[in-house]
Amino acid sequence: MSRQMTGAEMVIAALQDQGVEVLFGYPGGSVLPIYDAIFKQEKIRHVLVRHEQGAVHAAEGYARSTGKVGAVLVTSGPGATNAVTGLTDALMDSIPLVCITGQVPTHLIGQDAFQECDTVGITRPCTKHNWLVKRIEDLPRILHEAFLVAKSGRPGPVVIDIPKDVQFATGTYVGPKNIQHKTYRPKIKGDMDAIRKAVEMIGKAHRPIFYTGGGVINSGPAASQLLRELVKATGYPITSTLMGLGAYPAKDDQFLGMLGMHGTLEANMAMHESDLIICVGARFDDRITGRLDAFAPHAKKIHIDIDPSSINKIIKVDCAIVGDVAHVLEDMLRVWKQTQPEIDKKALKAWWGKIEAWKARKCLAYKGSDEIIKPQYAIQRLYEMTKKHDTYITTEVGQHQMWAAQFFKFDEPNRWMTSGGLGTMGYGIPAAVGVQMAHPKSLVIDIAGEASVLMTMQEMSTAVQYRLPIKIFILNNHYMGMVRQWQELLHGGRYSESYSEALPDFVKLAEAFGGVGIRCDKPSELDAAIQQMIDCPKPVIFDCIVDPAENCFPMIPSGKAHNEMLFGDAVEDIGSVIDEKGKMLV
Amino acid sequence: MNTSHYPSQHIFQTPETHTLSVIVDNEPGVLARVVGLFSGRGYNIESLTVSETEHEAHLSRITIVTTGTPMVIEQIKNQLARLVPVHRVVDLTVTGRVLARELALIKVKGKGEARVEALRLADAFRARVVDANTESFVFELTGKSDKIDEFVGLMGPLGLVEYSRTGVAAISRGPDAM
Repeated sequence: MSRQMTGAEMVIAALQDQGVEVLFGYPGGSVLPIYDAIFKQEKIRHVLVRHEQGAVHAAEGYARSTGKVGAVLVTSGPGATNAVTGLTDALMDSIPLVCITGQVPTHLIGQDAFQECDTVGITRPCTKHNWLVKRIEDLPRILHEAFLVAKSGRPGPVVIDIPKDVQFATGTYVGPKNIQHKTYRPKIKGDMDAIRKAVEMIGKAHRPIFYTGGGVINSGPAASQLLRELVKATGYPITSTLMGLGAYPAKDDQFLGMLGMHGTLEANMAMHESDLIICVGARFDDRITGRLDAFAPHAKKIHIDIDPSSINKIIKVDCAIVGDVAHVLEDMLRVWKQTQPEIDKKALKAWWGKIEAWKARKCLAYKGSDEIIKPQYAIQRLYEMTKKHDTYITTEVGQHQMWAAQFFKFDEPNRWMTSGGLGTMGYGIPAAVGVQMAHPKSLVIDIAGEASVLMTMQEMSTAVQYRLPIKIFILNNHYMGMVRQWQELLHGGRYSESYSEALPDFVKLAEAFGGVGIRCDKPSELDAAIQQMIDCPKPVIFDCIVDPAENCFPMIPSGKAHNEMLFGDAVEDIGSVIDEKGKMLV
Repeated sequence: MNTSHYPSQHIFQTPETHTLSVIVDNEPGVLARVVGLFSGRGYNIESLTVSETEHEAHLSRITIVTTGTPMVIEQIKNQLARLVPVHRVVDLTVTGRVLARELALIKVKGKGEARVEALRLADAFRARVVDANTESFVFELTGKSDKIDEFVGLMGPLGLVEYSRTGVAAISRGPDAM
């Protein structure tokens, strides 16, 4: 089907043809023709954010909670530069986004025109790919290619920079049928020889562990289902990265909790003492491995990843399978059923015995209190009171994020939206806006810190405008808690600029935005206050005043190995734990 | 080479020099993507040449000479292959059949015995004189990079003014394409 239309109309036609229902954006001089095209149609809903970073995070939240591609529309210059943080965030966490940026007319490019910037130059390293469209003839192809590149292979954000004259120009629109990129062909099916070898290794292992990540979520719900089948078929323990939470049910006995810097003792020790690590859609990130020369010293490693550049990047693996997680797991399960490997049951029993002993250490234990709300307790209560609901969680970045990962139990994929790779404070509120747009009837909660939340607080106004009843649950300790924790660990407890001397009255702030504010500082009143939040039909800011001195444990301090963890109930002199070399690390 | 702050795995590898051929779509920004990848991830570029080689298909061939441990070289190849406009990445060094050549233009100024000596050496190196007047020559020399290094070194005391070199172009030996 081909029709004559303007470039601006092509943008809207292509978004519709690609199944976009919600577009997050902010208008400006260079995108006015596209905004005019939006005005003249009703299929795509536009969400007006308050800052372009918010638009990108909202699209991320939308994408991660639905598995669809998120769509963003911003103007040239500052519109594009404001989007950069969100684009980088999406690149690090492999979130499919199509971001359309306006550009000054082609004859003004390079003239330092008003609101001109080199958008493709600036976004080149923070996108999977980007395009500057200089001719109307190229626009339909590029629009469809962009969606293809964003969602296939390892997903990621793409930018299409469209000069204003191209938006006004008239050309022939073609639909997405038969659109193929001329070079881009990600490998989906895994190599069968490697898969057979992997199954053999899995069958022979004595101390195995599955280590799974965001790739399982990105691969779609089928991948989570197949992972569950494979883990059940083997009876092996499983741990997950921050990004992978929910792919395997947290309440299942075989799940050891999250691993890594703030992971559980049982997950980290099992990694350290294992003889086989089966890495599924994770990338041996530095938060996971800790000290590389002491990482899983006895383990052989199988690595399933759709991105060949993830393999042997940090850790040399023994069996690499390049492909989509769901496809590879499906083949693995089939080979597993065909070959029926005989597992050494005695060895596995002994392995589980060791793991149970680590579990018995109860590494997440903390000292409770009747007088002051412990942040861990707040998350536990939040989980208990919301688990019957259809709940989606977003977070900001810091201690509260780690406590959420430790204490909130996710049993399904796409329920947990957090900024893992980039660690973007301010991610949570706009992401919650995006999630709530996709799931209007669900309970969407941003577990937040009082410092992070102020970075994108303006999006509360967006939530109010679109009647999105998001819940912003702030663990308010008056500190940039994770910064303070590291200052205790590394810098003699000198709290350089990590205390917030002036904070807004969050209750009044909520009311000023047109939402509802709730404050709670007593453990005895917490349940009732959370219930009030859940029942409220409006956006809520919940100011939960917590113990200001609490730190996040367990922890693998920088420069240490998986078997050198710190515990909340055993730390005496936190400042003496990390040596000089460790202080150099991030 | 350890690119992380963290101590690396106990794999001790010595750096190697590899010559990579990369076929890319000749579209705006493609060279910036390749160069940005190297600078952004801290890889070395020892030499880089690029030119369109298939005009109808708008394909360019980029030849990159880079140094790194085998693990880093593998990373470089995977990262290059991941770029959307990249068609193919071939490590010519691994094939063991790499032919690599460079062209240099060398300007030498001098009179008397030095001038005669420069011309004699140019002859021995099979350099061609492409510009000449009574007080200077420009030599054109093609060969392996170390041959050019050597010639330039010899010209130093004989009145070397300046020189320009193309960087390495490479291809595999034998009848097959990459």
